Amino acid sequence: MAQVHLQKVVKKYGSLQVVHGIDLEIADNEFVVLVGPSGCGKSTTLRMIAGLEAISGGEIKIGERLVNDLPPRHRNISMVFQNYALYPHMTVRENLGFSLKIAKRPQQEIDKAVDEAAQILSLTEYMDRKPGALSGGQRQRVAMGRAIVRHPEVFLFDEPLSNLDAKLRTQMRTEIKKLHQKVKSTIVYVTHDQVEAMTLADRIVIMRDGYIEQVGTPLDVFETPANTFVATFIGSPPMNLLHGRVTGNEIAIDGGPAIGVPEPFTGKVQEGQKVILGFRADNLMPYGHAMPMESGCAEFDMTVNLSEPLGTETLLFGSLAGKEVQAKMLNPRPVADGERLQFRLDLARCHLFDADSQQALR
Amino acid sequence: MSRFRPPPWLVLLLPAIIILTAVVMIPLLLSLYSSFTPYRLTRPETLYKWIGTFNYEKAMKSAHFWAAFGRTILLLTIALNLEMLMGLGLALLVNKVTYGQRALRTVMMFPMMFSPILVGFQFKFIFNDNVGLVNNALQSLGLSNVAIPWLVDGQLAFTAILVAEMWSSTSVFAILILAGLFAVPRDPIEAAKVDGCTPWQSFRHITLPYIMPFIYIALAIRSLDVARAYDIVQIMTNGGPARRTELLWTLIGRTGYVDAKMGYANAMGYISIFLAIFFTIYFFRKLNAARSELGMAG
Repeated sequence: MAQVHLQKVVKKYGSLQVVHGIDLEIADNEFVVLVGPSGCGKSTTLRMIAGLEAISGGEIKIGERLVNDLPPRHRNISMVFQNYALYPHMTVRENLGFSLKIAKRPQQEIDKAVDEAAQILSLTEYMDRKPGALSGGQRQRVAMGRAIVRHPEVFLFDEPLSNLDAKLRTQMRTEIKKLHQKVKSTIVYVTHDQVEAMTLADRIVIMRDGYIEQVGTPLDVFETPANTFVATFIGSPPMNLLHGRVTGNEIAIDGGPAIGVPEPFTGKVQEGQKVILGFRADNLMPYGHAMPMESGCAEFDMTVNLSEPLGTETLLFGSLAGKEVQAKMLNPRPVADGERLQFRLDLARCHLFDADSQQALR
Repeated sequence: MSRFRPPPWLVLLLPAIIILTAVVMIPLLLSLYSSFTPYRLTRPETLYKWIGTFNYEKAMKSAHFWAAFGRTILLLTIALNLEMLMGLGLALLVNKVTYGQRALRTVMMFPMMFSPILVGFQFKFIFNDNVGLVNNALQSLGLSNVAIPWLVDGQLAFTAILVAEMWSSTSVFAILILAGLFAVPRDPIEAAKVDGCTPWQSFRHITLPYIMPFIYIALAIRSLDVARAYDIVQIMTNGGPARRTELLWTLIGRTGYVDAKMGYANAMGYISIFLAIFFTIYFFRKLNAARSELGMAG
């Protein structure tokens, strides 16, 4: 049983504060992904949980234990590093068994645990090789194996897939997911890749500049982003955002068409309020190439500047009110650059943010 | 008439060939040849008398030679081990320093900036039995009331030479090992911490294998240095008194230049060279083993 509690955790380097008192509760056996752009404090947070960085303020508990001042070796955690961090002078077998050897476990137990880990990660053929003779993916598996032999309370992953090529990354992603199902353990995983976050996480923690912006299940953060940052960070292509002002029961896009206030937001906006209208490319489609829209939709013309055919769909780049807007075309036909098309916007799937606070209106 | 035109490669290499022949080959062959003659500097005609391996046999049977040989190996073993340990300790300490590390590194190299001759004079003064610092300090502190004959007693003199040698060269190890410590990647150390290592275990199992190649490089360099040790000993004790601190090269130097028996000195020199070659090969083997351990050989 190992929950991880972070309470008002602060990290300062001299006078520079990089993590500003974050609170986070991670449940037992939960797979939590910390995601955010570079420098958002996600790796620092993970390293504070690991004990590799001192905590400047707040509390971290693993299970029921306060670990603020415990060195990493007393925290019962394992960590997988971005650069694998294998011991180059040891064979795969020695790498896997190192932590148990240090803990002075009987040789029989070490062999058993190492073989088991090798089995799970299909490393049995490479046991007597040194890391230098392994490929990137194999090294990554050794790093994960080294983490699992100890049966720690918490696994920490620090961008473990960012050094692998695209194909291997997808493959290893699946393996990590399988690993979580097999070894049943609490996992905290750091990445800057939102696809990894979406596919792996039970819950996603989105961070920016040392603050937590939103915590939620992958669908939560995708469908109800708490603010414009989350809206643009999660989902590909990023959400389209257009500034506008509420007039009557319409939103007048600055320098563009007026669009009826989407139904969920009627009564929640005030006359003259400055808002940001957000919608994903999936909800803006050319007439005749769109999904049926449940309730109201807005229609307007837009010139297509560029199209990216993806096979099953085509991504269209147009400009609306002077801003680039992305739309999707289902059952695509070739679109010429500069072609003017009529688009339909699914109002039920629109998001509204307050222009001043950038927070979602709900 | 046809003139001989040498091929271009020969013309291009000729300066190098001439210089190497004049500077290396001729002296080398001459000294090798002279080791088979009873050549004395004072009687040039002895250079033309061939006596076969007489000099080598004489050296092999000489108790003085083997005593010097053994003492050189002893000095080499003790000095290298102690310097290595102290250099390692020094490097680890300096590596921990965060403020003023550059200044410390420079200070650490000061002993390397002094000529060994001067180091010899300085320690000769420090260990002098009448006016030396050591005896004065011991007497002032009441730890001793006799003048300890530091440079007269065989074992004490050996210790005094050892101290001078270590003072001047520990920093060679410290600097090279420090360079090694800088090259140790951070990740495996952190992984070891998470894997449950105490600081000592991280050092023993992770850091040390990383710096072993650097230690062997320092050992190889220093083994050549100590195997030809001459200057400090020459100044401090001149191999004496009564040959009690005689090392190979003080013996060879005296035989060649003071006794003028150059043929015999050269023969001993050639035997001694094997000592240096042996240690160099030994440490390079170790170095390569340590490197391939880390997957660095290629």
